[in-house]
Amino acid sequence: MHNNPNILVIEAGCAERHYWRDLWRYRELFFFLAWRDILVRYKQTVVGVVWALARPLLTVLVFTLVFSKLAKLPSEGAPYPILIFAALLPWQFFSSAFSGAGDSLISNAGMISKVYFPRLVIPASAVIVSFVDFLVSGVILVGLMLWYGFAPNLRLLTLPLFVLVAVAAAMGAGLWVAALNVRYRDFRIVVPFVVQLGLYISPVGFSSSIVPEQWRLLYSINPMVGVIDGFRWAILGGGTPFYWPGFLVSIFLVLAILLTGIAYFRKTEKTFADVI
Amino acid sequence: MSSVITVENLSKKYIIGHQQQERHTTLRDALVSGGKRFADKLWHPFSAPENDSSREEFWALKDVTFEIQQGDRVGIIGRNGAGKSTLLKILSRITEPTSGRGLIKGRVASLLEVGTGFHPELTGRENIYLNGAILGMSKAEIKKKFDEIVVFSEVEKFLDTPVKRYSSGMYVRLAFSVAAHLEPEILIVDEVLAVGDAQFQKKCLGKMQEAGKQGRTVLFVSHNMPAIRNLCDRAIWLKDGQVHQAGAALTVSENYLRQSLSAASFQDMQATLATLPPDPVFRLEKIAVKQKGVLTNLVLNGDPTEVEVTYVVLQRSVGLRVYFDLCDEEQNILIRTFNDDAADSMSVVEPGRYVSQAVIPADLLAPRSYELKIYGTIYNQRSIPEGGVGMPLLVENTSGINRAYPLDPVRAKLLPRILWQTQLA
Repeated sequence: MHNNPNILVIEAGCAERHYWRDLWRYRELFFFLAWRDILVRYKQTVVGVVWALARPLLTVLVFTLVFSKLAKLPSEGAPYPILIFAALLPWQFFSSAFSGAGDSLISNAGMISKVYFPRLVIPASAVIVSFVDFLVSGVILVGLMLWYGFAPNLRLLTLPLFVLVAVAAAMGAGLWVAALNVRYRDFRIVVPFVVQLGLYISPVGFSSSIVPEQWRLLYSINPMVGVIDGFRWAILGGGTPFYWPGFLVSIFLVLAILLTGIAYFRKTEKTFADVI
Repeated sequence: MSSVITVENLSKKYIIGHQQQERHTTLRDALVSGGKRFADKLWHPFSAPENDSSREEFWALKDVTFEIQQGDRVGIIGRNGAGKSTLLKILSRITEPTSGRGLIKGRVASLLEVGTGFHPELTGRENIYLNGAILGMSKAEIKKKFDEIVVFSEVEKFLDTPVKRYSSGMYVRLAFSVAAHLEPEILIVDEVLAVGDAQFQKKCLGKMQEAGKQGRTVLFVSHNMPAIRNLCDRAIWLKDGQVHQAGAALTVSENYLRQSLSAASFQDMQATLATLPPDPVFRLEKIAVKQKGVLTNLVLNGDPTEVEVTYVVLQRSVGLRVYFDLCDEEQNILIRTFNDDAADSMSVVEPGRYVSQAVIPADLLAPRSYELKIYGTIYNQRSIPEGGVGMPLLVENTSGINRAYPLDPVRAKLLPRILWQTQLA
């Protein structure tokens, strides 16, 4: 009888028997929730989607002024705005996905305590929202490259790989924080702080080649270092050699965060409705 | 095997913290208490964990067992905190049981709240899609039913207005309409009919009846006994997390009403009387509603009802009377009657204790809830107490009037037996 897929067994500790199948059944909900968040964000705004373009553009402007014109940091041969934007793109994606996913469960508390669906849908759709922003910002990069007459080479084809790593990093960290946030609201305060600090300790405003050689591996413990370096390597296509040890450390850490994030999320999600 | 829901010894435990004011533990608390436990373990590695007095277990459900057959429409009744919502939450997989298990055969849709996931900024149209997806409908399914949903909800004109500009009635109508067009094999509904105007409520009840007729299984939680009786054929009465009684909806709901009303409200009444401000002339001592000599608040309208008022008169007074109003739910006075209605002249009452008894005849009250308001009064001076003493009165139809149309609600406020004769003219 238990093998009959139409019979649902509700028992302590075994509600997840159909989990992955359910996740597939609710696949449309991912997009509906993401669509809702995107739609809502630009409702009752005057310039609407232009905001998605204005924010990164202004950031690039300020960063170029501070790091290139004032601090006179090296640019690896590419125009400095492009150097920055190649890093800003994955960083903004990561930071908005991370904080969006972290807050997602709490801001959807009503749904969690009243309807069943695999809870993974909520943080995942927060990541999707940030991914859409990421794609929109990507247009700016193309614009910048045209403006500066900067042509990428074949390395650009490896970009999807780095995008994947960025998604995994955002998802993993997001799942951890989302699940922790349900029980410990401290993470509401921790997350913005981490994001703010992360911007400075990640090589967004500068190239990671200015980090002294003996510290490079240690620096790569920040998984975003590998992702950002990868983005720069693929987009700028310059002469800087790819720093493999650091990238491998980053990849390994990203995978570890993602897998433990999923495991922790799955373990705690049964109690979300009781605790939230 | 035709049972679609089997529940065996289902239990759910909650831990309630007594000292903690906040619902959410903070990380600091967790670290501090975790550290303490760790230190304790280091010092006494073999002792059992200390009983934390600030935490108490609370069994919201305990050993609940029942079976529901295909096509049954089952009402779940019980007082607040009896475990009804917890049961529904477990059956709809929102939360897990602590022990025991349930087997469910078929696609379940649960409606524990109307409009879950509605976003105020989105338009009606957008919310239909969103809400449908949250309730488990596919996009294709929603598209197919879209027009039907819109018609049912009666908000066609405002489909492209953000729902934050809707009236609460429109909001609820739209939300229920989406839910009503789910086509699950098992429908779990929690009290959502308590919303919307009477007209729309009727429409919803109709929709749910239809679901039952199509062979769907319906689980319905409500405090509205007429709705339970209209809609359900079986009922489960939960009390303190356990099944108190299960059986035919009619019997169980009647027993529930009788028990929940009579004991509690009579005592409440006496307590209320004790706290009334003192009056130099008149003191209400006891108010009792009886049928066939037995205290009750659930009145069967096929029998006469006795209203007994016991009071003490402290000074000789002219024009002192007791009276009661029979009010409907909107506080309209339907009947006002005084204890000296039959007297020829104004009464003069000597000090002493009195009992006045009024008999409301059989075949007069309608099956609805009334409020009885009892007063003492001194003519041209004052009512004692000021607003009277209210007492709920619930009436069941046993009079045989309206017998042929049991599902048709009685719309009149009173239901007296009027003699009719019809013959070929």
